[in-house]
Amino acid sequence: MLKTFVFTTALTLAAFTVQAQEPRRGGTIRFTAPYAASFVSNDSHVSNQIQDEIYGKALHRSLYNWDSANNKPVLELAKSVEVSADGLVHTFKLRDDALFHNGRKMVADDIIWSFTRLMDGSKSYPAARYVRLLKGAIDVEKGQAKEIVGLRKIDDFTLEMTFTERTEPGFLFNFATTSIYPAKEAQAPDFFNKPIGLGPFKFVEHIPGSRMVFERWEKFYQPGKPYADKLVISPMGEAAARDVAFRNKEIDVSILGPTQYVAYKADPNLSKGILEVAEVFTRNMGMNPGFKPFADKRVRQAINHAIDSELIIKRLVRDKAYRATGWLPLSSPAYDKAMQPYDFNPEKAKKLLAEAGYPDGFEFEWTATPNESWGMPIVEATIPMLAKVGIKVKVKPVEGSALGGIVAKGDFQAYIWSNTSGPDPLTAMKCFHSATPQSACNYTTYKNPAVDKLLDEAGTTGDAAKRLDLIKQANAIVYADAPVWFFNYNKAVLAYQPWLHGLQPNATELALQYFEDLWVDASSPAAK
Amino acid sequence: MLPYIFKRLLQAVPILLAVAALVFVMFSVIPGDFASTQSSDGRSAIDAEAVARMNTQFGLDEPVHLRFGKYAAKLLTLDLGTSFRTRQPVINSLSERIWPSLQLSMAAMLFAIAFGVPLGFLAALKPGGWVDMQSMVVAVSGLSLPQFWLGLMLMYTFALLLGWFPSFGYGDGNPRYLVLPAVALGVAPLALLARTTRAAVLEVMNADFVRTARAKGNSEVRVMRWHVARNAAVIVLTTLGLQFGSIMGGAVVIEKLFAWPGIGSLLVDSVSLRDIPVVQACILLLVLFFLIVNIVVDVLCALIDPRIKYS
Repeated sequence: MLKTFVFTTALTLAAFTVQAQEPRRGGTIRFTAPYAASFVSNDSHVSNQIQDEIYGKALHRSLYNWDSANNKPVLELAKSVEVSADGLVHTFKLRDDALFHNGRKMVADDIIWSFTRLMDGSKSYPAARYVRLLKGAIDVEKGQAKEIVGLRKIDDFTLEMTFTERTEPGFLFNFATTSIYPAKEAQAPDFFNKPIGLGPFKFVEHIPGSRMVFERWEKFYQPGKPYADKLVISPMGEAAARDVAFRNKEIDVSILGPTQYVAYKADPNLSKGILEVAEVFTRNMGMNPGFKPFADKRVRQAINHAIDSELIIKRLVRDKAYRATGWLPLSSPAYDKAMQPYDFNPEKAKKLLAEAGYPDGFEFEWTATPNESWGMPIVEATIPMLAKVGIKVKVKPVEGSALGGIVAKGDFQAYIWSNTSGPDPLTAMKCFHSATPQSACNYTTYKNPAVDKLLDEAGTTGDAAKRLDLIKQANAIVYADAPVWFFNYNKAVLAYQPWLHGLQPNATELALQYFEDLWVDASSPAAK
Repeated sequence: MLPYIFKRLLQAVPILLAVAALVFVMFSVIPGDFASTQSSDGRSAIDAEAVARMNTQFGLDEPVHLRFGKYAAKLLTLDLGTSFRTRQPVINSLSERIWPSLQLSMAAMLFAIAFGVPLGFLAALKPGGWVDMQSMVVAVSGLSLPQFWLGLMLMYTFALLLGWFPSFGYGDGNPRYLVLPAVALGVAPLALLARTTRAAVLEVMNADFVRTARAKGNSEVRVMRWHVARNAAVIVLTTLGLQFGSIMGGAVVIEKLFAWPGIGSLLVDSVSLRDIPVVQACILLLVLFFLIVNIVVDVLCALIDPRIKYS
């Protein structure tokens, strides 16, 4: 599996070497947003759906951005940051060349206003969970204060942030939900009819359910960028329709599912334009220890041994995944290469079940959505495998949008889901901290004092290498305790047309691309 | 006639309220709410405090009967509420989508009428003949083919293979973008209209007054135009009105498939995000549209057939 990853990475690098030619200015990029029939809103603060983050990368900028090449957050709207010895105070030197689309310079007040807006308790903005770590942010949320005391303007281009705990703000403030808006202008009643931001493209029009159109922002702070004159992003939730449009050369990119992945790889032309990345999502079956058999670690381990995950990945997921060897995925900075997956060993599974007091197995209810990669088809494939060790499965089908609520309430014996497991390894592993409620992300109500201790230590240490080591240790314990069936890490696949250049293997979400880096050569049907 | 129209419009009010109540109850009992959908992609976990805050903000923590009371009271003042996801008035979302939906449904209906009625008429002129057999094939196919599949086939054939039309999107008002979704949506009504027209024409052709008209020496063209077509039109028009219901229902699938910016795709997204105010507003709008179309059809029937009297 690791070999496959290395090979894929090499292929990707080779592809980008080939693409390393002089970018061409002009033309239209015809991008797709593949996760729904429409965008939620013109206001990036109100939606944490990936769908909206796609256009957010064109229109807006946040304090940080994600560096796909080095797989880490990097400063975007600041030139430098100084961190105090205790790791709580971050002093940012802001860019003085970032202009909103009306030509006005961004200043510290814009950041303060944007973050204060996100903490408006009456509005429940999704990014409040990131800003809440700033000192005094909760007071604003509760209506007890009007200003976040942890945000202090030193001058127009110097901003001090004080956090309540040691944190890496790059992991908090790189999303479109934390976009910086122009403070005064954004308060105008019609602002969101034609929003302005700091991004490389200016808003032109939004036809809800059909497309969002942008044009180049000539005064973008990265010299010479963006390259394209125009950007059109079309929401296209239907994979089959996207496939036709892509083959018909009407769109420049398309996210592929397992079936299309096989078809595109087999096609001599289409296979030349495939970008793969190990995304930071872990597919798993969570087990509720409130259901008696799952309270025993040996039963959970038995399930990991009883299912032939490799076979399912090969046959059903069509190799569009990497075998999970723990919670943290391949692209996580804390991924442990030494970890080995649970081997497929039904005899061992039977033995573990017998030791746990279930020699004849048991029956459990498995909540699943229709998702082809981590839902009903996968559950159906495991049923005969589990039956061989005596475990019977009763499937409980649910709609995709209902799963989150059911799991967060603990209303399940087992569920199958795809959960984020990065990019910040500490945040991902904190989902297994006993202090994290089930309603947040500790869905299996996992509790192990040794893991708590390691994660607490990782949260307070200022030594980055030590932090990673502590997280790796915690991950190893969680893996041995097996609160979930470790199924796979998502391999995201993006098909692109031969004339589109500058794509990046973004492990946080492959559909999130930096439009300022994309360009189309003269062979594009929309080159002019 | 005016009192009749007014009465029908008044009758629509309790129907709309009943539909609103039904939708409200349905969305209160099915699993999932707006807050929980925010983490359903497995990407962004949302804590209990945020869920509680959202539920309070949107009034979802109140008992169902109270929520419905408030909703109904607002509805009577034509206030459709605020969208959970956009935090904007629902009317804003609807107003952006009405025109594309009207364009699509009207185009689909025109397509169905333009091909379905003549096909049915020609089939009835020679029952059992070649045209009749073909109309039967069209009718069975049109009614049995799933719209999603048909839409995809149209895309493959006319966009990918022949390159005649774009495969998706709204375009810049260019009618080429309208053709494929309108055909995909219009095939089922076309089939039904063809069969209804055939049956209606056959029935009228055997009526006594047609025999009388012929006996009086009227030309065949005059008999067809003034007696057969006019009397059959009442039945066809009634079917047409009912077909608007299936057109609007089918638009939910077709709009999503073709990335068409209408009420259908808004409804699909709003259901999956449990944006209940928008879902309710979309459904009410579709029902209202259906009711209005049927009132118009009844009025047209009365104008065509003087025997129909509304009081």
